[in-house]
Amino acid sequence: MDLGFAGQYVLNGVVLGVIYAMVAVGFTLFFGVLDVIKFSHGDVVMAGAFTALAVFGGLQAMDAGHGVMAAMLLALSAMAAMALLGAAVAKFLIIPLKRAPSLNTLLITLMFGLALREAVRLFYPGGSNPKPFPRLLPTEALTWGNFTLRLDSVLLVGIGVGAIVAVHWLIRRTRLGLAIRAVAQDAETAQVMGIDFERVVVLTFALGSALAALAGVANGLYYNEVNFSMGLLLGVIGFSAAVVGGLGSLYGAIIGGFLFAALQTVGAIWFSVPAYKDVFAFACIIALMAWKPTGLIAERSAERV
Amino acid sequence: MAGAAPAKQTVRIAFIGPLTGGVAANGLGGRNSADLAVRLRNAEPGAKYRYELLVLDDECKPNIGVQVATKAAADRKVIAAVAHYCSTVAMGTVDVYHRFGLPVVVWGAVLPDITYKNDFDEVHRVNGTMINQNEVAAQFMTGLKYRRWALIHDTTDYGKGHNRYFSEALRKHGGQILGTFPVGADQQDFNAELTKIKELRPEVIYFGGLTPIGVRIRSQMDRLGIKAAFQGTSGIVSDAFIEGLGPLAEGTLAFREGAPAEKLPGGKVFLEQYARHNYGEPPEAYGPFAFAAANLIMDAIEKVGPDRRKVVKELNATRDRDSIVGKITFDDHGQNSVPLITKFVVQDGRWAVWEDSEYAKGRRKLPRP
Repeated sequence: MDLGFAGQYVLNGVVLGVIYAMVAVGFTLFFGVLDVIKFSHGDVVMAGAFTALAVFGGLQAMDAGHGVMAAMLLALSAMAAMALLGAAVAKFLIIPLKRAPSLNTLLITLMFGLALREAVRLFYPGGSNPKPFPRLLPTEALTWGNFTLRLDSVLLVGIGVGAIVAVHWLIRRTRLGLAIRAVAQDAETAQVMGIDFERVVVLTFALGSALAALAGVANGLYYNEVNFSMGLLLGVIGFSAAVVGGLGSLYGAIIGGFLFAALQTVGAIWFSVPAYKDVFAFACIIALMAWKPTGLIAERSAERV
Repeated sequence: MAGAAPAKQTVRIAFIGPLTGGVAANGLGGRNSADLAVRLRNAEPGAKYRYELLVLDDECKPNIGVQVATKAAADRKVIAAVAHYCSTVAMGTVDVYHRFGLPVVVWGAVLPDITYKNDFDEVHRVNGTMINQNEVAAQFMTGLKYRRWALIHDTTDYGKGHNRYFSEALRKHGGQILGTFPVGADQQDFNAELTKIKELRPEVIYFGGLTPIGVRIRSQMDRLGIKAAFQGTSGIVSDAFIEGLGPLAEGTLAFREGAPAEKLPGGKVFLEQYARHNYGEPPEAYGPFAFAAANLIMDAIEKVGPDRRKVVKELNATRDRDSIVGKITFDDHGQNSVPLITKFVVQDGRWAVWEDSEYAKGRRKLPRP
């Protein structure tokens, strides 16, 4: 294969990997603190993207929807809105079910995701159609032979990596991070030590959901198109990435996200039928899970969250 | 209404189409058009019956389609149905209509098998099939001196059918197929497929599928810097396609049976009436077919009465009937032949008929790598 095309495949894989990792980190955060799997996470990604789109409509009405500043504003407002939504989900759906079997939490979040998806489809104007997402990042492109590198792809990778590093820093270096890790290690002892369990859980869900919103906006800026059902597959992929990496481990989620993107890209190159690329990627994930049931970064060696 | 008109018997007909989901815009346009036909008929003092439209949503999903088709067919008050925009759904439901003896007139689905792969007297279709559409497409595109194609199609019956008929027609007209790429109907990321296509250096990317992934593929072509022309099928001839892409839609080609409403024999009246009834959504490309299908059904009921068996027989006998989509004649499979295929190109944010476009006049150029 020509080096230019090889580079193009790697770049496609890296951008996908960053988006998947952002989603997977959310799953891992929630599982880390509370041992719950929040299946509405993919739909929060979608809702984040649609929030950004609504804000963009507002900006346009004020004739201000241009450029990187607008993109930042979109991302920040979507993150704020989804953080609030995440906090509300934690407070009203997940904490009340703390003592119930984990299957109940799984079901209630699955249904919440469905409700969110249908709400966007029914109540967002023209929500059942694909929506164009504004091109706000600079699209200057460098071309070497067959390799096209657009500035917006670089920016998106930068933003995604930056966000993941920021979450890592927050968990390792701040008091809140310490509290999250304490709750993740042993919720009861943490409470005895004076940590407000409910507050930590609510903040963790807000954090994960804000990251999901950022992933949604990045997804929109990358594909320039969003639709109400985009969260479905993203959620499944993000969850698989988190599981294969080692559910509960931050590094695991990142590795899982990039691994899945790499598998999809390799699958697409290998098979003449591209529809098999997801089959290939998921089959590899199944094989990996059979080999290492607790994920690539096993819980014994990894500290949770 | 003045005077003491005798109370008319109410007759129910069903409309089935995708009212939610990715192609809902087309479904809503079809529903409004069928509804318009019913309203206009009810306003006619000479009509023997009062018509009532039962609207059902098939979501463009075969399983849902079978559910709602069964619901309509099991309702003995429903005498006939104007049914389906999506070929995949129609393929799943024709058995139901046959089993219950419910006459239906398909208004949008284009897969030939719907009428030709069975001998069901109940199933008719006013719009043409994808065979005619792809034949014209291949002939037209090779006539523009394009030679090298990459084909992308979704893996539903609809996408596979388009791939098959376009490939056949293209080979006949001397086009070269560099690669064929089947994709999932809800796939988001096409960068891997498109990078592979970029390696093949096609002059045209053909897409057989519906609006939502058409929007995604065209948009992702741009990101990878692919300069090929983009050619779609009747499945992307919708306002939603243009809305979804913005300026990027410019220069997209697509082919559809029949003529645009404003060029149809009764099209002007149809569009005026449509505007007068203040529907929230445009009729979209297949609205006139839904309108014609509903009228055909009501004509039959007027003539033979609200009896499914008699209506089937009456519909089968349709020959040279005037309608807003032109003359309708059903062959022995209930298929109307629509000899006219219209070529469309997106120009300045709308679907323009090729012959009227600046591209045809040479003032604008289609992409050519």
